[in-house]
Amino acid sequence: MSEPTPPVYVYEIPVRLWHSLNALLIVALVVTGYLIADPLASVGGEASEHFLMGYVRFAHFAAGYLIAIALLARAYWAYAGNEHARQIFMPPLLKAHFWQGVWHEILWYAFLVKEPRKYVGHNPLAILSMHFVFVWGLLFMIVTGFALYGEGAGVGSWQYALFSSWVLSLFGDSQSVHSWHHLVMWLMVCFVLIHIYVAVREDKLSSQSLLSTIVTGWRTFKDDKPVDDAH
Amino acid sequence: MKETFYDVMRRQGISRRSFLKFCSLTAASLGLSPAFAPKIAHAMETKPRIPVLWLHGLECTCCSESFIRSGHPLAKDVILSMLSLDYDDTIMAAAGHNAEAIVTEIVEKYKGNYILAVEGNPPLAEDGMYCIIGGKPFVEQLKYAAESCKAIISWGSCASWGCVQAAKPNPTRATPVHKVPGLANKPIIKVPGCPPIAEVMTAVVAYLLTFDKLPTLDKQGRPQMFYSQRIHDKCYRRPHFDAGQFVEHWDDEAARQGHCLYKMGCKGPTTYNACSTVKWNEGTSFPIQSGHGCIGCSEDGFWDKGSFYDRLTGINQFGIEANADVVGGTAAGIVTAGIAAHAGLTALKNAKQADKQPGAE
Repeated sequence: MSEPTPPVYVYEIPVRLWHSLNALLIVALVVTGYLIADPLASVGGEASEHFLMGYVRFAHFAAGYLIAIALLARAYWAYAGNEHARQIFMPPLLKAHFWQGVWHEILWYAFLVKEPRKYVGHNPLAILSMHFVFVWGLLFMIVTGFALYGEGAGVGSWQYALFSSWVLSLFGDSQSVHSWHHLVMWLMVCFVLIHIYVAVREDKLSSQSLLSTIVTGWRTFKDDKPVDDAH
Repeated sequence: MKETFYDVMRRQGISRRSFLKFCSLTAASLGLSPAFAPKIAHAMETKPRIPVLWLHGLECTCCSESFIRSGHPLAKDVILSMLSLDYDDTIMAAAGHNAEAIVTEIVEKYKGNYILAVEGNPPLAEDGMYCIIGGKPFVEQLKYAAESCKAIISWGSCASWGCVQAAKPNPTRATPVHKVPGLANKPIIKVPGCPPIAEVMTAVVAYLLTFDKLPTLDKQGRPQMFYSQRIHDKCYRRPHFDAGQFVEHWDDEAARQGHCLYKMGCKGPTTYNACSTVKWNEGTSFPIQSGHGCIGCSEDGFWDKGSFYDRLTGINQFGIEANADVVGGTAAGIVTAGIAAHAGLTALKNAKQADKQPGAE
């Protein structure tokens, strides 16, 4: 047998940093967010002795700010970084080959083809779901999150002026914004579950590395078949 | 010469001293500096009185009931005397054709110079037949009166959003004033609430009449001075919310102690109104102070958001009574089960392939 395809450096430090930061922040945001909607058991004694809900909300807001700033920085890196850095921000939706790749990947998950195609970057189905579910979902959470934050910050605040003013009018009322913010949280939870499962599965079954790539940024290959990154 | 507000008040037997007190009170309730009191007084002494035409559509009259209970009796008297109560079918003496003729008279006489206050809303289904005033659909009277008015006040949640008669499935197609097709394009001030707070109502009328312009409105058309903050932002129980002290059952110790009603479905955090500051019945109390959560009566569509006692409200788009946790939790459960099944199938398939090719390497 010939040598496997040589490793490729795919994910630069900002991309990997964003990934791990997101992982931490999303866990923090989901947990604190859930506790804001459905608070912990009441504490006893005087109100002046406690600030439990205050701390939970503070953690949520702080993590929200961080994830928003991280997305801004990452958006800049999509422009400044290598071609893989913009893959999930600008999917090649107009290319037929991309959609063939998506279809092949669906067949692979449905056990209808024997082997997945081989990619240096993400596979087309991953690009599609990361773009539409994760990137847009995250943006939705940031916009509605700041709109809800602006309600507390008040009419004069920049959060209210930039977000709450038009988001509240768009949804009609504050309650609907809360409900949608909560629903999309569950969408993100579903995304995370599937994301972790397929990462582990593809690492075992496909011909390229996934889990080690998250840490090192290098993609290694198990065989010498041609890569299919034509999109 | 046309009558001024001051003339009307003097005619009603209000002393100059009381008149000046009212001016200071109005300035204070509008959040203006004391320097505005003489300005209000001057305006009222010199400006001709603007009549207010008060129409009633599909409604329960709780707005009128609230209005006549305005906390400061003086404010009530003055405002009522400022209003042209020639036509208000709840309190006027005239009836029948004589009463209906008054609407036409005011519209003709004060063309473009009267305020149209609307309590309730018109149902549009069956050409408006579900609300008949003087033998004609209310929607026609509304359109006619709106044609030559200066501005429209939408009293209460009915006129502002639709309220209970517009709740799903809304069989009569009750429609809030700003959504009535073919209505003259006039500035609309929404004063939502079921009913709105009396002092908020009188202050809005006083502002319009004395300053001759609309108060600052927010994006949804409500006066910013009363609707820019949520009940939650100024709630006296807020410290219990921040501390994490909640009422868990209606009869528990926390309920007796007056802790936060968040877990009992209080809509204070999503409701824009002045209840927690202005309060009701001469500042006596408001729902949360009496131990019951806010039901969000000044918010759009509050009847259609599920139970008043759930924190996470119903999502009607899903066709069944569901809330975000039920929908999301079910989705996450299905995804997890799907992953487990898929992982099982993958393992099975791999095992089969390994069986088929023993020692293939």
